[in-house]
Amino acid sequence: MARVIVDVMLKPEILDPQGQAIARALPRLGFSGVSDVRQGKRFEVELDGPADDAAIAEVRKMAETLLANTVIEDFVVRVEG
Amino acid sequence: MRVGVVTFPGTLDDQDAARALRLAGAEAVPLWHADHDLKGVDAVFLPGGFSYGDYLRCGAISRFAPLMTELVPAAQAGLPVLGTCNGFQILCEAHLLPGALVRNAGLHYVCRDQRVRVDNASTAWTTDFTQGQEITLPVKHGEGRYVADAETLAELEASGRVVFRYAGSNPNGSLNDIAGITNEAGNVVGLMPHPEHAVEELTGAPGVDGRGFFSSIVRKLVNA
Repeated sequence: MARVIVDVMLKPEILDPQGQAIARALPRLGFSGVSDVRQGKRFEVELDGPADDAAIAEVRKMAETLLANTVIEDFVVRVEG
Repeated sequence: MRVGVVTFPGTLDDQDAARALRLAGAEAVPLWHADHDLKGVDAVFLPGGFSYGDYLRCGAISRFAPLMTELVPAAQAGLPVLGTCNGFQILCEAHLLPGALVRNAGLHYVCRDQRVRVDNASTAWTTDFTQGQEITLPVKHGEGRYVADAETLAELEASGRVVFRYAGSNPNGSLNDIAGITNEAGNVVGLMPHPEHAVEELTGAPGVDGRGFFSSIVRKLVNA
């Protein structure tokens, strides 16, 4: 059993109005010193077996096929633990 | 002329789509997302709504529906396909059209009558309009901001594949005010506004400007 994390973020050049709204709200809530916020998605993929190279490659394929739309999003795959 | 209207779980506008097609003289053929069957239709309408609850991303799950595995190669082979709103999002996720639709720049769901300029009156779905004609159609979406990389955008502009552009004001922050685009062959068209809601005076739509989409495809199929 292993857990693989896939982080999906809008590409830097794509406007993220949700992140901007959060960034604007923070000072109103008393949080200072924040220059920018970008919002993304985190997927926790539980594997039946170990997170070996083949399994990671398979998760990468999942991310490309379904979890991320690579037209607008970048993703990072990493093993937790 | 038999035009398929696809229903996914969460599709909302399939009844209006079918009605708009019937008013134009076409037979509306219901197509079900879970079937591997296009029922031999001459064209396909992907209507709006929230297919599969918009889970993950709008259109991301629908793209893999059994019906889509039939539709994608058929569209690539020239079958006329129109996608409005969620249908446009599905066409982009399925890579039948380039780019993507993302959250409106203003974050708000926008529901209003929208002026739209026809910039390409030569696609399968727009021949009954004239180049530069301004029409009014309802828009209703929260994720309609068209984005594409600079290279794709330049190619769309250079090749006249921007079919519709928002006129007056841009409801969602779409790049270059893009409201709708087509593929290279001109048989696949996607747009965020809703022509199927603007075909009868009685139903509160701003007018009947949407009729041109359906008369265009009927004319094309009759002449085929």
